[in-house]
Amino acid sequence: MNLKQQTPSQTIGPYFAYGLTPIQYGYNFRSWVDNKMSEDANAINIYGKVYDGEGQTINDAMIELWQNDGKNQLFGRYGTGTEENNQFSFTTLKPNSVNKQAPFINVIIFMRGQLLHSYTRIYFSDEDVLNEKDSILQSVSKERRQTLIANKTEKGYEFNIHMQGPDETVFFQI
Amino acid sequence: MSKLINNHFDMDIHPPYQATEYKSTILRASSKPLVITKKTLSELSGPVFNDFKLGVLDHDLTKNAIIDGEPIGERIVVQGKVTNELGQPISNTLLEVWQANAAGRYVHKVDQHNAPLDPNFLGTGRCMTDTHGNYKFYTIKPGAYPWGNHQNAWRPNHIHFSLFGGDISSRLITQMYFPGDPLLEYDPIYNAIPKRGKELLISSFDLSVTEPDFALGYRFDIVLRGHIATPFKNK
Ligand SMILES: [Fe+2]
Repeated sequence: MNLKQQTPSQTIGPYFAYGLTPIQYGYNFRSWVDNKMSEDANAINIYGKVYDGEGQTINDAMIELWQNDGKNQLFGRYGTGTEENNQFSFTTLKPNSVNKQAPFINVIIFMRGQLLHSYTRIYFSDEDVLNEKDSILQSVSKERRQTLIANKTEKGYEFNIHMQGPDETVFFQI
Repeated sequence: MSKLINNHFDMDIHPPYQATEYKSTILRASSKPLVITKKTLSELSGPVFNDFKLGVLDHDLTKNAIIDGEPIGERIVVQGKVTNELGQPISNTLLEVWQANAAGRYVHKVDQHNAPLDPNFLGTGRCMTDTHGNYKFYTIKPGAYPWGNHQNAWRPNHIHFSLFGGDISSRLITQMYFPGDPLLEYDPIYNAIPKRGKELLISSFDLSVTEPDFALGYRFDIVLRGHIATPFKNK
């Protein structure tokens, strides 16, 4: 099969906000997507921060969430430059289990200093039974598995992303 | 879906995560090997734009932010085709673009470069590919701008692009450059691309795209990762 060459990736850079997340950052341009992926009464809140190799929070990352459990297909996008302590947050539905695998949300991460985006997954700490049997979670070493599991808190689910260091998040090649 | 192959990023084409000449990668690039997963339902799909409503001027950056006059600079039209790796067109996919103005200044609040803002130019827009995968937008040729990576560092002229394609594995953010730009040779972001991939990001001047008495034409074709002819429909 004679394949065409993929167009190379380049960094999102520091100045994406007025183009990709204009309303969130207060620019006069329509946004077609934001962090409110669901207005359902049962929607959950997912929040967290992105840390660099020195443990500093990153204030110019863009996070995208995508989930498809066969019933709901939801997409969200949010930058880490407007909330206190460079937090991101999303309101969405907790996905259902598909094929007896643990429920999860795909995460795509972009930032200045990343020439190619990263993929990870958000699993849920209150899904112990399914998490224990999930083939992808189990394929990750036990020490690193925790980096994929959002912790249930009073405010929702906390999911922090560590780009480097001992707690480096597991990133996937999908 | 018969030809589904779990193809990966071609790392002979894409820049690596860690590229120390581009200093911001040092503390931000992941260092452990990626974990390879088989695609599941969620990775085999992504946002679908069949019913997406563009604003009337979304595709025309020379007009979409006018307050009291025309934006300053050289008008250009950028046109190209978006395909998958088999060369099959990706129709109805969204392109988002953003860029500096003709003076090399971004509207973004953290851009401190001492060059003038243009009150009539925002520098962002979007368009969709048609049924043949073709897209087109109008803008002002962006200027070069300095940045803090090293002494006397300047970014070559470029337009930032964001695309989706058929599923989330075809997601791409990149930058389009211009032919003959002398700054390319000094730019660590561009030079992080392996040799085989470099020229793929340089648009070509095209007289047949050029609109008489209006705008110079550049062609920039894009190939998204994936072998699936039709985007997965999820609605
Ligand atoms: Fe830029």
